[in-house]
Amino acid sequence: MSDNLLSLKNVSKEYSGNRVLKDINIELKKGEIHALIGENGAGKSTLMNILFGMPVIHTTGGFEGSIEIEGKEANIKSPHDAMSYGIGMVHQEFMLIPGFTITENIKLNREITKPNLVSSIFGKRLETLDVKKMNEDARKALDILDMDIDEFLPVAGLPVGHMQFIEIAREIDKTGIKILVFDEPTAVLTEAEAKNLLNAIKKLSQQGIGIIFISHRLDEIIDVADRVTVLRDGEHIVTKDVKDTNKYEIAQLMVGRKVNLDSREGTNKNVVDETILRIKDFFVAMPGENVKGVDLEVKKGEIVGIGGLAGQGKLGLANGLMGIYPAKGEVEFNGEKLPLNNPKAAIKSGLAFVSEDRKGIGLLLDESIENNIVFSAMQINEDFLTHLGPIKIKNSSKIREHANKMIKDLDIRCTSSMQKVGRLSGGNQQKVCLARALTLNPTLLLVSEPTRGIDIGAKKLVLDLLKHLNNEYGMTIIMTSSELAELRSICDRIVIICEGKVEGVLPPDAPDAEFGLMMSGSRHTEGSEE
Amino acid sequence: MNNTNITERLKTTKASTWVADNIVSLIFVAFTLFGFLVSDGVTMNFFLTELSSRFFRNAFLVLSLVIPVVAGLGLNFGIVVGAMAGQIAIAIIRFFELGGVMGLFLTMALAFPIAALFGYFTGVLYNKTRGQEMIASLIVGYFANGLYQFLFLFVVGVIIKVPSNHPMIKPDGVGVRMTVDLVPVKDGGLKYALDKIWEIPFMWAILLIFACILLLQIWKIYKNKKNPTLYRYNKTMVLINIILSIVMIGISIHAITTNSSLMMVRKVPVVTGLFIVALCIFNELILKTKLGQDFRSVGQSQHIAEVSGIDVDKTRIIATIMSTVLASWGQIMYLQNMGTLNTYGAHTQIGMFSVASLLVGGASTQKAGVKHAIIGTLLFNSMFIMSPEIGLSLFGNALLGEYFRTFMVYGVIGLALGLHVWRANKNSEITLD
Repeated sequence: MSDNLLSLKNVSKEYSGNRVLKDINIELKKGEIHALIGENGAGKSTLMNILFGMPVIHTTGGFEGSIEIEGKEANIKSPHDAMSYGIGMVHQEFMLIPGFTITENIKLNREITKPNLVSSIFGKRLETLDVKKMNEDARKALDILDMDIDEFLPVAGLPVGHMQFIEIAREIDKTGIKILVFDEPTAVLTEAEAKNLLNAIKKLSQQGIGIIFISHRLDEIIDVADRVTVLRDGEHIVTKDVKDTNKYEIAQLMVGRKVNLDSREGTNKNVVDETILRIKDFFVAMPGENVKGVDLEVKKGEIVGIGGLAGQGKLGLANGLMGIYPAKGEVEFNGEKLPLNNPKAAIKSGLAFVSEDRKGIGLLLDESIENNIVFSAMQINEDFLTHLGPIKIKNSSKIREHANKMIKDLDIRCTSSMQKVGRLSGGNQQKVCLARALTLNPTLLLVSEPTRGIDIGAKKLVLDLLKHLNNEYGMTIIMTSSELAELRSICDRIVIICEGKVEGVLPPDAPDAEFGLMMSGSRHTEGSEE
Repeated sequence: MNNTNITERLKTTKASTWVADNIVSLIFVAFTLFGFLVSDGVTMNFFLTELSSRFFRNAFLVLSLVIPVVAGLGLNFGIVVGAMAGQIAIAIIRFFELGGVMGLFLTMALAFPIAALFGYFTGVLYNKTRGQEMIASLIVGYFANGLYQFLFLFVVGVIIKVPSNHPMIKPDGVGVRMTVDLVPVKDGGLKYALDKIWEIPFMWAILLIFACILLLQIWKIYKNKKNPTLYRYNKTMVLINIILSIVMIGISIHAITTNSSLMMVRKVPVVTGLFIVALCIFNELILKTKLGQDFRSVGQSQHIAEVSGIDVDKTRIIATIMSTVLASWGQIMYLQNMGTLNTYGAHTQIGMFSVASLLVGGASTQKAGVKHAIIGTLLFNSMFIMSPEIGLSLFGNALLGEYFRTFMVYGVIGLALGLHVWRANKNSEITLD
């Protein structure tokens, strides 16, 4: 078909035997806005990396299938190739230099120069910058976007919305831009800014530029896109005309029902009608995962799942409770007020945390398994210590005994309790983390992304372990995870966090579309329409 | 979309941090004024004579530090390597007993390839030690010093045969003497080769310099009137500069016409001054070229520069080479003024003192300009002149003033770096707002 600006044909990609993309076919027409939607890990970024010839693709064995641009096969081996084919990208994180003016940023490494005396001897690099012409070009690009901001102002201190527009202006300013990719462009914008941006996108498409619009906000997709492609687990689920579908259907397609980890049978007998944790008006400043006013109550003996898309603040909740990032609000735990911003007090009061950042703050990789297991308990509760007057000495035999018991109970595969944690596999490392948390004898266990980066077999073991702890000892668990399927398999109820707030609470057996709509924050508008 | 709001906000942030930004400079001004207060032995004449000769000796070296800072390499203590290249060139020229003005220019020409080579290797090292350039530059200076000593103490004489009766060779025929006399220019040597070309009285120089500054301010205003958006300037700074220039011009005209005691201040070397002015202009102009823009891009964010297709490594190497070559010339100018080559000691302190000067001028590891280099050289050397006087009048011992110097040099580097880190940490601190 000749009117296709870009077509991806049977594109597949494997990372060391793990198929992350399977036979993707996408066609983009001139002036079309094509939305791409999928959960985290659905393969959107891999697909875009392929389109841009990112080194990460070519150092891991390239990809299968072909890319055609205007009917001709394109061979994109580097970002530079992509640029020369007329593919531009507006990055999610801004590629702007704060100390430079708007013009300098728009013209970065594409500065207009004029020859001078020195440059005629020493070459092009010593040519003088033609600031006047650069400003004119920048002005032109900004005018296309209806930006009446002065082009010679520094970027530092501008609102994020403006920065986003400067990024777009840079892409427009590149000559021969044909395809423009927007990667979650509205994620960081306020509502009014987002509206401006969507208008600009529409305007650009009217000029014949093909636009790939990656977003998880269903309303926006319905609003601007002509067609929508849904990816799930690296598979091309469907491509539909937006006018033939609705957000309910898209949400359902996006979430789907995945691996059926044996779903929870019956209700949890352990749940007591006693609130163990009461969170009120809770704010956490965790970069990229800000929590902006959460109210939540957790009952004793419950497994509560915290779900939501990346960057919406679900991870911030547990980190804020533990005092790892600055937090404010009212938290009542076990009938007492929980001091915030104080990790030691949080642990002392009976909270234990298995962090999502296993290698960063979860484990001491160069230390032995036994030291890792008892470390927190030793530090906080002064367990495993022998007191000799003012001197405290590690009680090695007690530590060894406890570590061996944990290794047996949790089935940690290792050579001995003295093995270094860094040598263990991801799943076993996660079990060491759990063992350490359990050594603290917590009343409430916070677990974040417990199955991230571990294989399927180990995943099941970890989840079974959590379930076992809940069933046998009645331990209350708050589990945060990006994988909805695993939350649905063990949790009593699932709290969906969107834009730093509680979007809603669902039972694990709620329909897929409910989850999809909540995760993309579209439920409010849905409700108001009814 | 609302422009005025943004410009206003930018202004307020600037005003509130002025003192914090210039704290190091302010300490030095206070120190010098304090020196004048407590010591009665220092005359204005003595002070200005010392200051001007020290300024013309050191300014070029300090200016050679500007480009690496702009290119994001931080404070290049590695100019020591450039200084060594300059000294090698001087030793060669001295050995063949060439001299005079032509001899001096020959020295500079000879130093160029040596320094460029050294600069290249230093630059490659900086690329390998990304993020730790300053420590690497400090260590590379010590390492190079070892090679330098090997060259001058062993290679000269053992591998390169030299006559043992040459005045710069040690009597046993191996190695270069501790101090080498560079021979005054009138006897065909290098001493004062540049300085003595043309000298004018100090107050005439002041008159000229401030007349130039005044013209520059008027030029700025004129440009701004013609195109207010493209050529912007800081109104208060321009006003201060104009008033200062007029006052200084008045003082110098008064001194010249009444032939006051200020006319007794030592004469000023014009050609050396022109070299310094040329380097100032070079530092400014290079930033207006594509290469200069690349320096700035790389300096601000290596990652973004890389993504935009700039060859980051190459750009950083070019910056290092430029700095090293300029430092070698600076060292040659320094030594022709000293008149003796302290073979094993002349270069060792250059890095520390130049870096301290630049920092005193208000520069940081990420921001430096010609202005900082010039002001810093003046303030730093004022401190140098005043500290023995303070020691003498406060403790009755000039030697204690010497300790002050050392204390101030390292203290200022520590303070400036500490402040920088403190501010960076403060900026990156995560808060709920």
